Amino acid sequence: MTVQTSIFNTPVSDVDPFSFDVLEDPLPFQADLRAAGPVVYLAKHDVYAMGRFNEVQAALSDWQTFQSAAGVGLSNFRYEKPWRPPSLLLEADPPHHDAPRAILTKILGPREIRTLGESWAEDAEELVDDLLARGTEFDAVTDLAAAFPLRVFPDAVGIPQAGRENLLPYGDHAFNAFGPPNELVAKGALRVAELSASIAAQCARDVLTPDGFGAQIWAAADRGDITEAQAPLIVRSLLTAGVDTTVNGLAAVLYAFATNPDQWARLRENPDLSRTAFDEAVRFESPVQTFFRTTTHDIEVGGTLIPEGKKILMFLGSANRDPERWDNPDAFDLGRDPSGHVGFGFGIHQCVGQHIARLEASTILNALAKRIVTIEISGPTRRHHNNTLRAWESLPVRVELA
Amino acid sequence: MFTGKNSAADESQVKLTVTAKSMVSNDVVALTLAHPDGRRLPDWTPGSHVDVVLPSGISRQYSLCGDRWDAHSYRIAVLHEREGRGGSAYIHEELAEGTLVALGGPRNNFRLVPSEKYLFIAGGIGITPMLPMIQQADILGADWKLLYLGRSRSTMAFLDEVSAYGDRVSVMPKDESGPYQLKDFIGDAAADTKVYVCGPQRLLTAVEHHCAGWPVGLLRLEHFAAKTQGSPARDTAFEVALARAGLSVTVSPEVSILDALQNAGVNVLTSCREGTCGTCEVTVLAGEPDHRDSILDDADRAAGHCMFPCVSRSCSDRLVLDL
Repeated sequence: MTVQTSIFNTPVSDVDPFSFDVLEDPLPFQADLRAAGPVVYLAKHDVYAMGRFNEVQAALSDWQTFQSAAGVGLSNFRYEKPWRPPSLLLEADPPHHDAPRAILTKILGPREIRTLGESWAEDAEELVDDLLARGTEFDAVTDLAAAFPLRVFPDAVGIPQAGRENLLPYGDHAFNAFGPPNELVAKGALRVAELSASIAAQCARDVLTPDGFGAQIWAAADRGDITEAQAPLIVRSLLTAGVDTTVNGLAAVLYAFATNPDQWARLRENPDLSRTAFDEAVRFESPVQTFFRTTTHDIEVGGTLIPEGKKILMFLGSANRDPERWDNPDAFDLGRDPSGHVGFGFGIHQCVGQHIARLEASTILNALAKRIVTIEISGPTRRHHNNTLRAWESLPVRVELA
Repeated sequence: MFTGKNSAADESQVKLTVTAKSMVSNDVVALTLAHPDGRRLPDWTPGSHVDVVLPSGISRQYSLCGDRWDAHSYRIAVLHEREGRGGSAYIHEELAEGTLVALGGPRNNFRLVPSEKYLFIAGGIGITPMLPMIQQADILGADWKLLYLGRSRSTMAFLDEVSAYGDRVSVMPKDESGPYQLKDFIGDAAADTKVYVCGPQRLLTAVEHHCAGWPVGLLRLEHFAAKTQGSPARDTAFEVALARAGLSVTVSPEVSILDALQNAGVNVLTSCREGTCGTCEVTVLAGEPDHRDSILDDADRAAGHCMFPCVSRSCSDRLVLDL
């Protein structure tokens, strides 16, 4: 057949990356995607996909060509009404993106959050002590990965106690809503009005404690660095993006250690590796698997002409397992330098809360390493399906105390 | 694009090629800079400046005045300061098209914050940060005005570009318009107007005087004169001592501290590799860092006991890091 236009050169896949089987185990599909080519057309959703590291990273960097303001999910905000007022961070382009990003970069910067480290270390030790006092078998998801962020992060933001039970369900729906309108979205839609109202109520100035991230966001509005109308939406960004992600990041690192006992021994020998361990787990599991962008003009990538206005699905998780970029990518290896993974994204939208995530992870890992000699899976594990997140529902583990 | 696992060593010292050089007024030259390999340049926002490192090792700060939607080139404009210390003379007289020049930054101490109304006041070469600002204010649909002051039209750069905005722009050359009256322009600017000023010290002083007592955040100034605290970057190797590891590493001019550490088997977690994300922050125990990141503001730098080894270097012969 004579190929006339680039679309016919582009590999086509009929697989739905949001189907049950792919969500249960995305790795075989991602390997096929990388093998097929730098850009693959996904017929099921009429979108283009990138699964190789170089293309994903380049597209994440090129905000001029691959915009976010048309939504970072399948829904195209140019034609479709978003399910909620769009994020001022995630779903915004320069110049609108600049001011919210600048203030959060400052508020969540490594030096600004360093003072949280000591109190979080105490929280982590208390949580671990209480847990181990109850026994040496527990669920690493509910008892640790979810329990710790929910214990420290809402306080750090400064939101009231009432309504905290809605943080995880709201985040779960928000991350599902980036995918197609499948049954996962339908399930969440039943509660969306109630959850949205609950979250919105926690973003108001008068309910926030005077010293948390939330109050600092409002203080930026008082200085005129952002507008008053922007402040509650920026607080909402912390509540949407700061809970489910860290829960699944912690679950990822705990699962990785439970299935790689030699690496746990290595961490216990050298606790300085806790930060590396977390980033390696974020590379290895990629709690945020995918985000979309939308082309602002016709662009050729790897021999495919992607027309203007098309949705591109970028597989962060696949890029983080690309053997062209990573030696032995399917190994969880503390000896590796995971720097440069795209699990936190890349470019101007790279996760602004990544230092919070690392601090949460290193404090809980340090607390565990002091008390636990070994950690192993003790029963059937269960994935939690989400259109964007690679998540765990349950990780039964057994530990041996030091 | 800064991609791939082998490119790290190339990213530390950003050396850009002067791809175009042209006079944009009697005494202002505009330079267009691009990466020799045609890579993307680090992102920036209106109000940002870069450090241009001169052959003497001294750096000078210049506002970026190009188009941030063009990821592959920067534009700066330099006033020939005949009584200056030689930096602008070098750029005007010696720095030729095709030459490589070392750059630090970009950093932003003069951010454009959201507002429905803006009043921009530029004096002379102070027009440079205003060019991307007015472009952006226009995109945002804000109600904005620019007052552009100068000695005479022949000394005022970019008149063609600003005049494209029509009557939002008032060009006031002193030899035609006479002395300006700030109150005619600023008056009692409403609380919904942000006022941005860049230019000679006497202009900044006059505006500050006029706006004394205004609520915080409305008036935003940039002192355009080359900053005296601008850190001299060195072109020679220096030593980095790692206090905890008990190691010492020599960092040659071609590699970043980060890469020198990695070559010596010391891994420091990094992410952006361009001094924007802050992941690789390390504590400085001794020595004077040459900060080249986009994270620390001037106060942080003055207080600075930390640095970002992906881009920052050393002013002193030796740095001691808490690693």
